[in-house]
Amino acid sequence: MSRKTLTRRQFVAATAMSSTALIAAPYVRGAYAAGKLSIGFWDHWVPGANDASTALVKEWGEKEKVEVSIDYITSNNKKIELTAAAEAQAKSGHDILQMPSWWPHAYSENLEPLNDVMEPLIKQNGEVNDTVKYLGRSGGKWLAVPATPGSQIKGPCSRIDLMKKHAGIDVQEMYPVGAPPKADNWTMETFLKAAEACHKAGFPFGIGLGETTDSVDTAGAIFQSFGAELVNAKGDITVKTDAVRQALEFYKKLIAVLPTDAPSWDDASNNKWLISGRGAMILNPPSAWAVAKRDAPQVAEQCWTHGFPSGPKGRFAPFLPYFWGVWAFGKNKEAAKSLLVHLSSPAAIEKFVAASGGYDLPAYANMTKFKTWAEEGPPKGTLFHYPDPYKQQTMSIAASPAPPKIAQQIYFQATLTKMALRFAQGEKLETALAWAEGECEGFMRT
Amino acid sequence: MADVVVEQGRPARAASPRKRASLRNAMGRKSTVAFFLTLPLILLIALLVLYPAFYSVYLATLNKAMTKFVGLTNFTFLFKRETFWMVVRQSCIFAITAVVFKALIGFIVAHFVHNIPGKKQRKWRGMLLVPWVIPPAMSTLAWLWLFDPSYSAFNYTLSFFGIGPIPWLGDTFWARFSVILVNVWYGAPFFLIMYLAALKSVPDQLYEAAAIDGANWWQKIWHITLPMMRNIIAITTLFSLIVTFANFDIVRILTSGGPLDRTHLFATWAFQVGIQSSDIPLGACVSLFMVPILAVAAVFILRDVNKRGNEA
Repeated sequence: MSRKTLTRRQFVAATAMSSTALIAAPYVRGAYAAGKLSIGFWDHWVPGANDASTALVKEWGEKEKVEVSIDYITSNNKKIELTAAAEAQAKSGHDILQMPSWWPHAYSENLEPLNDVMEPLIKQNGEVNDTVKYLGRSGGKWLAVPATPGSQIKGPCSRIDLMKKHAGIDVQEMYPVGAPPKADNWTMETFLKAAEACHKAGFPFGIGLGETTDSVDTAGAIFQSFGAELVNAKGDITVKTDAVRQALEFYKKLIAVLPTDAPSWDDASNNKWLISGRGAMILNPPSAWAVAKRDAPQVAEQCWTHGFPSGPKGRFAPFLPYFWGVWAFGKNKEAAKSLLVHLSSPAAIEKFVAASGGYDLPAYANMTKFKTWAEEGPPKGTLFHYPDPYKQQTMSIAASPAPPKIAQQIYFQATLTKMALRFAQGEKLETALAWAEGECEGFMRT
Repeated sequence: MADVVVEQGRPARAASPRKRASLRNAMGRKSTVAFFLTLPLILLIALLVLYPAFYSVYLATLNKAMTKFVGLTNFTFLFKRETFWMVVRQSCIFAITAVVFKALIGFIVAHFVHNIPGKKQRKWRGMLLVPWVIPPAMSTLAWLWLFDPSYSAFNYTLSFFGIGPIPWLGDTFWARFSVILVNVWYGAPFFLIMYLAALKSVPDQLYEAAAIDGANWWQKIWHITLPMMRNIIAITTLFSLIVTFANFDIVRILTSGGPLDRTHLFATWAFQVGIQSSDIPLGACVSLFMVPILAVAAVFILRDVNKRGNEA
């Protein structure tokens, strides 16, 4: 039996041929050749709104051959924040996680920089507002991409009939459909007078003074309209200023005409207040109106969403964006980025807005005039001014412009509403200021 | 085959049956069996209680960004915070008041139930246990609706008597009252069932002898019932104190710690500081503060139980 030997030359030739064949051969992708991607999305409270996200992700997954799994995580009882905290600790979890406003900064060390995603998106969709930059960017690095689902403005939702009858304000005339607002007289002073008149008539404005976001966001916009900051952008404590004193004096007058139980209100209380027909105005995204459409249509057809009143330092709207973050420890970061580009395309954004009945707000400048907002009703056009199509307001978040990690604590400890409530309940102005100053000193911890 | 038999019979292997016998003896010992029976629970506690406890001690020693070890700095920081001391005070008020009322109501109702004859007693026992068997998150939601100042059954009913509307959760006093009330409602059945079991174990002859001696009902309670129930009272009080101190769900659902932080307990404030404000080390510190307070209470109560045990 002869034994065939393999010479060195033969071995080299065979290796070279096989390598060439391997490289030159066409790449045949399997069903999910580009790997897997796991996503944690915020569970939308508008029925059916999640379907838009599912459809868009599925469409992208099929095109890119990526096997995708989605978890819809509720924000009830801070489940989404708990998920973010757990995943950041474990350095494991979803590839993309949708997170509320403050979380990109809170987990900045664990997030993949997304400049390569955001810069083209801004070119495509228009500039993002300063609040999105403040919350989503750190030192020139984009920490996360602003998500359309869940992002919202908590502007006034007024009762057309009650405001006209008791405060003498025609909100439809002030914020007409298809035209710029005629809101020069819509100031904090007018707002307070309207609140007093409606309170006297038995329909107080439904503004919470609790520790949840609706109460804090309102306080934030009011404080900012007076130029009041507890901590400035440099991180200096600026509690004892005239602007803060002015804001507190205003709040004291406002609190006197709010419902007596407002200190215990949560984010559902103002919705109930409007839907039950007991109040002439709340400061909320159109979710209350959407529920009223189903449960109290006679209330819904009298609702009109519009801009915030202006103060001495401008007109500020409480804007609460959600973000999509990509964990730095994620396993398929390139696919995650590709999906975020897909979800931020104008067509996808329009789908999100339509699926949420106009609730979801894109953060981009060119995305504020979709037909959903013009057509939603009754009354038709009730949401036209919700996305601030004429850029009359400064989008803001409570506790800004303090450095985000300090501001987050001012926000979640509800320092603004607590300070206002202390003063309104009889504490001396300087004592309330000293208390807030002490709190802010504690928030400086690094 | 014969070889095999010889192999087995070799002196070198003679130790093997002895080993097997000692293993059998060990396995036969009650303590070994008890250990193996409790092993799954020990492992579960190690995994779900001990590991997180030690991990939170570790977390409490890190800086806010969790990048470096700062020793006890977080604790010294907390000592300087006004809100922290308010939370300590409130937790004590909440736990002590709630436990006292739970024990008192449990003791009184246990006596009533104990005096109900046979079958009827079973029905009452079942009904009175209902608050305890409903998950507190669910029942507290029902209470939240009952406390709603604008639309609730409470204020609606009170309005017929010209009272209210009471801001149950919007006013400091009423908010504290409400969270304690719900905790008492939820926890009293536990005391009731424990005390009922203790009452059943008190020999009737003692009461008969006391009656012959002319003791009235109060003397019977003071000289017979209470001494016979002392251990069970101590244990239930300690257990309830721990659980009430660490309460989270009731306050979280009803008030989230408000108004003006006046209903915060250790657990709810730890959650607010740790999770909502993204300061996990400080949150861990706040939650760890319960340990020394409860440890002191446990030492006192259990020492007393041991002492009485020895006396017996």
